[in-house]
Amino acid sequence: MAKKGSGQNQAEENYLNESRRNFFKQSSLLTALAVTPPAFLKAAEEGLDEKAAGYFEKMPLAIQINGVNHDLSVEPRTTLLDLIREQLALPGTKKGCDHGQCGACTVHVNGNRVLSCLTLAVTAEGKKVTTIEGLADGEKLHPMQEAFIKYDGFQCGYCTPGQIMSGIACIREGHANSDDEIREYMSGNICRCGAYPNIVKAIADVKKGGQTL
Amino acid sequence: MEKDKAPDRIDRVDARAKVTGTASYAADHKIQNTVYGLLVGSTVAKGRIKSIDTKAAEKASGVLAVLTYFNTPKLPGYTTGKDPSKPPTGGQPLRFFATNEIFYYDQAIALVVADTYERVLHAAKLVKAQYEKATHKTSLEDNLATAKVPTGPRQEDYTRGEADSYKNAPVKIEQEYYHPVEVHNPMELGSIVAFWEGAEKVTVYTKTQGVQATQKSISDAFKLPLGNVTVHARHIGGAFGMGLRTWPYEIAAVMAAKKVGKPLKLVLHREQMFTNVGYRPATKQKIGLGATADGKLIGLTHEATGNTSAYEEFTEATVNISRFMYACPNVTTRYRLVPLNVCTPIWMRGPGEATGAFALESAMDELAHALKLDPVEFRVRNHADSDPEKNLPWSSKYLKECYEMGAERIGWKNRKLQPRTNQDGDWLVGYGMGAGSFGAMRWVASVKGILQPEGKLRLQCSVNDMGPGTATMMTAVAADIMGLPPGRIIIEMGSTGLPPGPMQGGSNVTATVGSAVHDVCFAMKEQIAALASKAGSVFSKANSQQLKAEDLLFSENGLSLKSDTSVRLSYSEFFKQNGLPAVEVTKESKGTEQPYSSYSFSVHFVKLRVHPATGRIKIDHVVSCADAGTIVSPKTSESQMIGGAVGGIGMALMEDMVIDQRFGRPINNNLADYHVPVNADIPTVDVLFVNKKDPIIGPMGSKGLGEIALVGVAPAIANAVFNATGKRLRELPITRDKLLEV
Repeated sequence: MAKKGSGQNQAEENYLNESRRNFFKQSSLLTALAVTPPAFLKAAEEGLDEKAAGYFEKMPLAIQINGVNHDLSVEPRTTLLDLIREQLALPGTKKGCDHGQCGACTVHVNGNRVLSCLTLAVTAEGKKVTTIEGLADGEKLHPMQEAFIKYDGFQCGYCTPGQIMSGIACIREGHANSDDEIREYMSGNICRCGAYPNIVKAIADVKKGGQTL
Repeated sequence: MEKDKAPDRIDRVDARAKVTGTASYAADHKIQNTVYGLLVGSTVAKGRIKSIDTKAAEKASGVLAVLTYFNTPKLPGYTTGKDPSKPPTGGQPLRFFATNEIFYYDQAIALVVADTYERVLHAAKLVKAQYEKATHKTSLEDNLATAKVPTGPRQEDYTRGEADSYKNAPVKIEQEYYHPVEVHNPMELGSIVAFWEGAEKVTVYTKTQGVQATQKSISDAFKLPLGNVTVHARHIGGAFGMGLRTWPYEIAAVMAAKKVGKPLKLVLHREQMFTNVGYRPATKQKIGLGATADGKLIGLTHEATGNTSAYEEFTEATVNISRFMYACPNVTTRYRLVPLNVCTPIWMRGPGEATGAFALESAMDELAHALKLDPVEFRVRNHADSDPEKNLPWSSKYLKECYEMGAERIGWKNRKLQPRTNQDGDWLVGYGMGAGSFGAMRWVASVKGILQPEGKLRLQCSVNDMGPGTATMMTAVAADIMGLPPGRIIIEMGSTGLPPGPMQGGSNVTATVGSAVHDVCFAMKEQIAALASKAGSVFSKANSQQLKAEDLLFSENGLSLKSDTSVRLSYSEFFKQNGLPAVEVTKESKGTEQPYSSYSFSVHFVKLRVHPATGRIKIDHVVSCADAGTIVSPKTSESQMIGGAVGGIGMALMEDMVIDQRFGRPINNNLADYHVPVNADIPTVDVLFVNKKDPIIGPMGSKGLGEIALVGVAPAIANAVFNATGKRLRELPITRDKLLEV
């Protein structure tokens, strides 16, 4: 996925330092406001909080998603899931529970599977994120995508992006050595249509294929 | 489908979109300047809203509106739907904000709209309400005394022969069965994007199993001409029945979009999926079953009491399966409802039949045990050769074949007649089976087919695809008839404006829409044959007779004469010669009243192990067999059957929405505490189809599959637990605590 040159890395580093400085600046301003509550409350009453919020609520975020660098301004409370779905127009990653209970929102961060609904976007600062949209190489599907089609590892398709991202990670982690092991390590991804047996077949087949994922 | 030809195992046609994340579900649709809506729920289960403080929410960053009872005018058509005779429900549909009355916990009391999701999430927490509380009723068990006879059709008490005659049978059982509330919980949350063009036209992307029905509901509520409401739902992320009606949250979102004059997106929280969009109702059942000493049924009484809401009457066919499943001269059924302070239930996969079959098939197992008979043999002895309820022959029935092939595959011969006698190390091994059935229905659908010069066939129908593979089924039917590879067939579906198709429910779609595709393709072939017969065409030169469709070969390369395949034309040449841009055919196709009774049948076999010290249940193997007529699309059909088995395992072993009766609210309304099957819970599931054509239902002879995939699974598991342990559990889910305390 890495498509950046070393010059860009330097630029990124500068950017990251810049971001940190901005964060400290903002933090000290917020602290200043916090110790003068009467003034802050008065401002709120006069409706100034709306304007202030627009400024204070956001933080810079440098993040690479599917090989593309983004310099963003996000609220610290924004989850990685809501960022990629609502702000970056990558709706392939799905929201199933928003509590890390279903796995529909699974993406890769620096190659590891994470639940994007439990990840604040700002904690992915400087990291590489891969979503379902970033797996295929142009028209050529990723082997896990091919296997899900071959074994019909889905019905409605809603949990599928999460299952595929988890399935790839399951093999990378070395947790796909038997059907039972796959079942165990894929149990964080709920499929309500009940495609589990076909999902296991797809992952076992990719594992058997031996490709580097 | 041609006889004796193995159907092609075509891949799901929308698979590529689903594995690349490009399949768009309701909340994935991006419209510029979309704002976000969120519902705030009542914290009491019954009462009245005294006041709502929305000041803080209104002042929060980015908030555009807060809709409540106190500031929202009633919709022009807010009473529409008050007709108890119309399914799915009788009574007054709930309209959020039209009343200050609270009927159930988490009923929406406000809808907050803000410019970003984060802001609406925060603002919604600032809404505070004061209530005048009243005493709620949320327990079925505690309110059985208020049970009443429902008003819908086929719900009145039924007696064939002598009432309650099982009581006089030489061998009899009489038992009670119970299952709690089970929630559909599709992975996709209830979602809608709504936007208005002016005050009279609205478009929505929403989670529905029928775009036409949603269009009608919105048009009724807002008193808009039908044509001014556009509904899209090409892909929906599962539904299992919860998308069979338009819910109050959808109407509220459309209302809020109008108020703020911007496109609005509303996605329910998972917690709200438990409280606001239906569920399989809790049901208490009683079965009395009696037979002769040699195992012929004499009498069957099946009574069931389910819950409905305090504002609507929801009914399902819980006891009806007992009227026709077995040859029994004396049958009595009684069905009652208890209104509770909960959201109205809605059909959940294999609706009443799955509930009823749990009791009936458990009871059959109990009586077989009492008779010292093999449960399969007992069922074969009581096989209904014709429909004993309607007194009609079956349109087709291959239930005995299902028993045979399933018993063979699971290794039924290894089952011990005496329970708790099959041990494998520390584990007790058990085998169980249960049968299922569901009406095989063919409704009405219109399909338009457009054959294009490049040899591509476009098929259009408003039906959508919640996962069973409707688009794949349509492709399979058309590919077979038109001699085209599946990749040449383009399906356009899931939007109003396309030729109207049915709701995706009741296992009707293959028979309904598949038949319409069939009819369209045959009509198209006839139309082409007529064109080919015109003077001057290469075909008429080679064959002076008027050509019929069967005289021509249709393939991806175009047309040729069957009697002389060297006489051929590509579609582009053929269309050019006829001066046509394409050939178009639209057909409405529907089932007709026949002097037959049509049902699909299934049998599920389960082998499992129980660890007696810990009560752990490990399912080793499931074999699901179906008589669903011709199987048009084997690959997706197998997945559908596997999914039904998985749903049945959830019903049998895990699913239970627990209500804290003190407050009338669920305590496990999330996917960590409400257990559904995960990958590690599911063993190998083998699917076997009889795959024999039903000669009555429609041209392909396909009956339905979606419901029978689940109906009968739960009792098969309960029966296997009995066979393993000797313990009969009549209350679902079968959890360790219950297994250990018996």
